[in-house]
Amino acid sequence: MAGSGLQILAAYPALGPRGGLYSWYPFQNDAPPSWLRFGGWLAGARHWHFAIAWFLILNGLIYLIYMIASGEWRRRVFIPTRDTSNAIAMFAYYLRIRKTPPPEDFYNGLQRMAYTSAILFGLVVVFSGLAIYKPVQLHWITAAFGGYDVARVVHLSCLVLLALFTVMHLVLVALHPRTIVTMVTGGQRG
Amino acid sequence: MARLITRRKLLLGLAASTALAGCDGGSAAKAFLAGMGRWNERVDRLLFSENRLAPEPPVSELTPETAFPSYFISDSMPFAPDNWTLKVGGMVARPAILSLEQIKRMPQTGMRIRHHCVEGWSAVAAWHGLQLRELARMVGASRDAQYVEFRSFDKGYYSTWDIESSLHPQTLLAYGMNGRPLYPDHGAPIRLYSPVKLGYKCVKYLTEVNFLPTRTGGYWEDLGYDWYAGV
Repeated sequence: MAGSGLQILAAYPALGPRGGLYSWYPFQNDAPPSWLRFGGWLAGARHWHFAIAWFLILNGLIYLIYMIASGEWRRRVFIPTRDTSNAIAMFAYYLRIRKTPPPEDFYNGLQRMAYTSAILFGLVVVFSGLAIYKPVQLHWITAAFGGYDVARVVHLSCLVLLALFTVMHLVLVALHPRTIVTMVTGGQRG
Repeated sequence: MARLITRRKLLLGLAASTALAGCDGGSAAKAFLAGMGRWNERVDRLLFSENRLAPEPPVSELTPETAFPSYFISDSMPFAPDNWTLKVGGMVARPAILSLEQIKRMPQTGMRIRHHCVEGWSAVAAWHGLQLRELARMVGASRDAQYVEFRSFDKGYYSTWDIESSLHPQTLLAYGMNGRPLYPDHGAPIRLYSPVKLGYKCVKYLTEVNFLPTRTGGYWEDLGYDWYAGV
């Protein structure tokens, strides 16, 4: 999805409507590097993007239904009243301000915050995608984002945030390789 | 409690099926994309409503005309011949050859619309002209005509549309832009214009409109771009 999306972006590597490019965006007319792109050309990338999008949505739906039906969301979703102080303490520990990690159950507050925001980015990336895919037939979605060109910005921003999440995730796994086993098997039921 | 599908089994299964699919990557990928393309066209047709109008952006969002891109495929800008006419044919009761003056005498419709290009940019302009549905009524287009083909004098540029999008109230044979006659860079004397399709479906420099039982493709469509291209 990311690679084909960046190939589509390369066809008009600018943000903002014609004649009104957004002045805050520093990369106007800079196409994303070719090694990040997928699909070969604009039409090919569009075919891939709109084909795989269905599987992303299906995957997301199955995930959300499982989370809700199994009650698993209680372990994973960031609940501010429960998790805020734990997240701050964990962050302090990572920054070496605090010597010992705060007590945690299966996930700590910071992990919950990260996973919950990734779910939110996932939802926003799908809806902003629909907003720029069908800005006439689904014009209320486009309007909810503040218009076509704003929705394009939101769509690209979600990609950046999800990419950052993935990088952080991989870095932390590399630092704690033993967590891979728990992630794949689901760990011990508690 | 024993579970039938564990996460481990699921991952192993996925890995195996990916490896199998990888054996015949090229043609499998092509078949997959073609299948998903047909699925997306069905969804596109379901989403389309003949009564849903594209919202009109405020005047303040009009794009400066120098910033509104204009593409053609000929080596230089195509200019209409002096004896230019529009030929309307195919499955119609009364085929017609119309001059620009005759078309301008028919009921005029105007709209201010955001244009969506396949490349990802948008731009706003006002367009005026004849509703295609009005022309279809005038020539007595057959109910069996499921497609409409648009041909041009821009080096063979053409496209075909589904009949529903063609008869949408905002689908125009436009002869004016931003309140004055259409300039050659935007398809003079007459171009197809509609908010319900991507820009490459909106054929400029029109010469022919044909009501047909089957689709014939299009310039970009034949190169591999999406045929339906609904917005």
